[in-house]
Amino acid sequence: MPVEIPKDSWPGSVNTVTLGATGDQGGSRTSTVTIGGEQSLPFMHFENPTPHRPVIAMEVAAARPADWSAVLLEAWGSTLDDPAVWARACEDAGADLIVLQFGLKGSDDGPVSAEFAVEVVKEVMDSTGLPLVVLGPGQAEIDNSILVPIADATKGERIVLGLCEEGNYRTIVAAAMANDHLVLGKTPMDVNLAKQLNILMTDMGLPLDRIVMDPTTGALGYGIEYGYSVMERLRLAALQGDAMTQLPMLVTPGVETWKTKESKVGAGIPDEWGEWAERGVNWETLTAVALIEAGADVVVLRHPQSLVRVRAAIAELTASETA
Amino acid sequence: MALSGIQIYKMLPQTNCKECGFATCLAFAMKLAAKQAELDGCPYVTEESKAALAESATPPIRLVTLKGKAGEAKAGNEVVLFRHEKTFYNRPGVFIRVLDTEDDEVIENKVRTGSSYSVDYVGMELRIDGFAVEAASGDRTRLATVVEALRASTGLPLILVGSDPAVLSGGLDKLEGEAPLIMGADTSNWEAMADLAAGRGAALGIRGGSIEELAQLSEKIKEKGVEDLVLYPAVDSMSASLALNTQIRRLALKNFRPLGYPTIAFAAASGDQGRESLMAAQAICKYAGFVVIDTFAPELIYPLLVLRENIFTDPQKPIQVLPALYEINSPGRSDPVLVTTNFSITYFSVANEVEGAGLPAWLLVTDAEGMSVLTAWAAGKFDAESIAKAVKQFGVADKVDQKWIVLPGHTAVLSGELEEELPDWVIKVGPREAVDLPGYMRQVLN
Ligand code: B12
Ligand code: SF4
Repeated sequence: MPVEIPKDSWPGSVNTVTLGATGDQGGSRTSTVTIGGEQSLPFMHFENPTPHRPVIAMEVAAARPADWSAVLLEAWGSTLDDPAVWARACEDAGADLIVLQFGLKGSDDGPVSAEFAVEVVKEVMDSTGLPLVVLGPGQAEIDNSILVPIADATKGERIVLGLCEEGNYRTIVAAAMANDHLVLGKTPMDVNLAKQLNILMTDMGLPLDRIVMDPTTGALGYGIEYGYSVMERLRLAALQGDAMTQLPMLVTPGVETWKTKESKVGAGIPDEWGEWAERGVNWETLTAVALIEAGADVVVLRHPQSLVRVRAAIAELTASETA
Repeated sequence: MALSGIQIYKMLPQTNCKECGFATCLAFAMKLAAKQAELDGCPYVTEESKAALAESATPPIRLVTLKGKAGEAKAGNEVVLFRHEKTFYNRPGVFIRVLDTEDDEVIENKVRTGSSYSVDYVGMELRIDGFAVEAASGDRTRLATVVEALRASTGLPLILVGSDPAVLSGGLDKLEGEAPLIMGADTSNWEAMADLAAGRGAALGIRGGSIEELAQLSEKIKEKGVEDLVLYPAVDSMSASLALNTQIRRLALKNFRPLGYPTIAFAAASGDQGRESLMAAQAICKYAGFVVIDTFAPELIYPLLVLRENIFTDPQKPIQVLPALYEINSPGRSDPVLVTTNFSITYFSVANEVEGAGLPAWLLVTDAEGMSVLTAWAAGKFDAESIAKAVKQFGVADKVDQKWIVLPGHTAVLSGELEEELPDWVIKVGPREAVDLPGYMRQVLN
């Protein structure tokens, strides 16, 4: 029985964005990462090839994280004491990207400062050749005070600077424009808010191929259903041709899942939750893969085992391209 | 595909005789389209129109119900590709596979722990749905023995997996009065399998590597009188499986009847638990009606069942609890009042923590329209005013002598305003995450 396979043909596509710059391109990275370019819903190879596979970023904290799950502390060991060593370990483990996350603290428990921040970024860039996403602690003034000097000190590297939110995007976008960097825009799980921020950022003159968006996600069991559907809706809008939704999406299953009780707590919990470390990894990988199916271009993870599993899944999902 | 009111109207007598109880045929047609009236209401519809309307009323994906001695697993009846368009209805049944070549104790153990497994997620008891028994031995008697043994420890619905109808019938002998799934029919054995399914009242799974193969087989089998069919797109990779499941769902929703059945996914992946878990996750998100896995490990089952719950909640309605003053561990007049919102995940995160630690407390749940603490705060639904209102509404002041009220740490900013709203209360700011509540209660509130 001949059956006609229904194929969607969409008028729009996702922007192609390249992160990082190599020596020839004015930077110092040994590799770059290109994401986006989709002309179909995720992995519908019978319609269009997936031009660039989703990539995995590993999160590295600029100062040893105080509140991470013991499962993560054990997995990374003393690596966590030095962001440069940690980033190197992520590269060795097969990460595509490093997300360098600054908190409110700098060295010796003092407040984070511009000098500290620039120094950590330089050390990390010396120890790994991967492209970088650099995120401030999420408080507008402090973010600006470290991201601007970081942008200046790394001109031409095509680092992704974030987070740009409605309240503080101006300074960060300006710093990115002046130094050939990219930005990450973040909005709280809402299609219209995401569009609005993208309009504001492009109005400043930042080209669309230098913006990645984080539509915000929740962890499995704690709001993933909202994030999942917002991503599906954003991707459908992009394919339908709405330019302000055609940005590649970055989401953070690592941050979200490792703060849930299921991943953080090992004692005094119901037997039905099962073995702790494996549960934590499952919590992270199931969330990540669900979001990849919903259209994520970059997933930011924390556990090395999650990296291995999600990478295998991505390889399988994009396999027919290489065959 | 459902017909519009106008399309239905064209099939009615158009005489406006009012016998159906509506003023016009058009009004009646509109009610039919909205599924608020039955076609029987009009005595004058032609047989031809009846058939056409009945056809359009059949759901695009047939509802298939597997029945065990105790319990059912339903799949099908879905009407959308994306959950935000409406909702997904029938949670895919999670089945654990055992092989009849495994040792009796191994099987027995897996089945006993699996069928008694139950985990609490925001007040709901999540469980697996049944077992798949694979006739790996190729021996009719052995399969019968294993199925009989299984039935001694579980009543959950079963799937019998094998390619030889004679062998499978041995297992079916032990499942009288049930509606198991036989898995399954392929191009080589479909006739005998269809006879077997028809004779035993079983649903039949069809195995095929392509859309054409599946559609062709389902048509032929349907002609033999078996209608409860399940499609198994038998491909190896996650991408091929995603593509086939999507194509089947799309075609079914376009009312292509040969593919209008639920699908089954086998995530069993020869010992690679990581891969198995992610294949099962994909199957849950992307359209499977039944998911079979090998590993029965709580640390895998729990997140899978939670994922299923999340993907299958109605996106229009956050799960809520009733705003009220809840008593945890029989609180007394000097125990603290903790405030939170009525989003069910929020409520249970807090209540479970305090209850589990054995600490008595009053838990004041405000009406925040089912939003989490921070969401509600950002949306202006959880503020000093609404908290003060709840304190009055639920008569909290009459229950305690020591007037201590504890705010979630994320909303510390509310404490000043709340002091103004509730002058005789001591406002305390708790930790940010519920996990840290017991420690805080023991140290700070004593
Ligand atoms: C899912 C979600 C949504 C869903 C709503 C889900 C729901 N039913 O609430 C949707 C998509 C609808 C949504 C909408 C919005 N959201 Co929202 N959302 C989230 C998200 C991702 C998760 C929230 C969640 O479910 N958490 C899980 C629950 C269990 O957490 P919780 O209620 O806080 O409870 C924990 C603690 O507070 C504590 N706790 C709870 N009660 C108590 C009590 C005591 C005494 C103590 C001690 C502790 C305690 O224990 C719990 C577990 O640890 C968060 C970001 C994030 N990752 O956290 C953003 C977030 C909350 N949203 C945000 C915003 C801004 C919004 C919107 C206003 C956006 C907009 N302008 O439209 C809207 C508001 C809704 C509206 N306009 O109607 C912001 C809030 C920013 C801020 N700090 O103010 C957040 C933080 C995202 C962000 N980073 O920007 N959101
Ligand atoms: S009973 Fe039938 S013919 Fe009469 S008004 Fe109703 S729909 Fe029309």
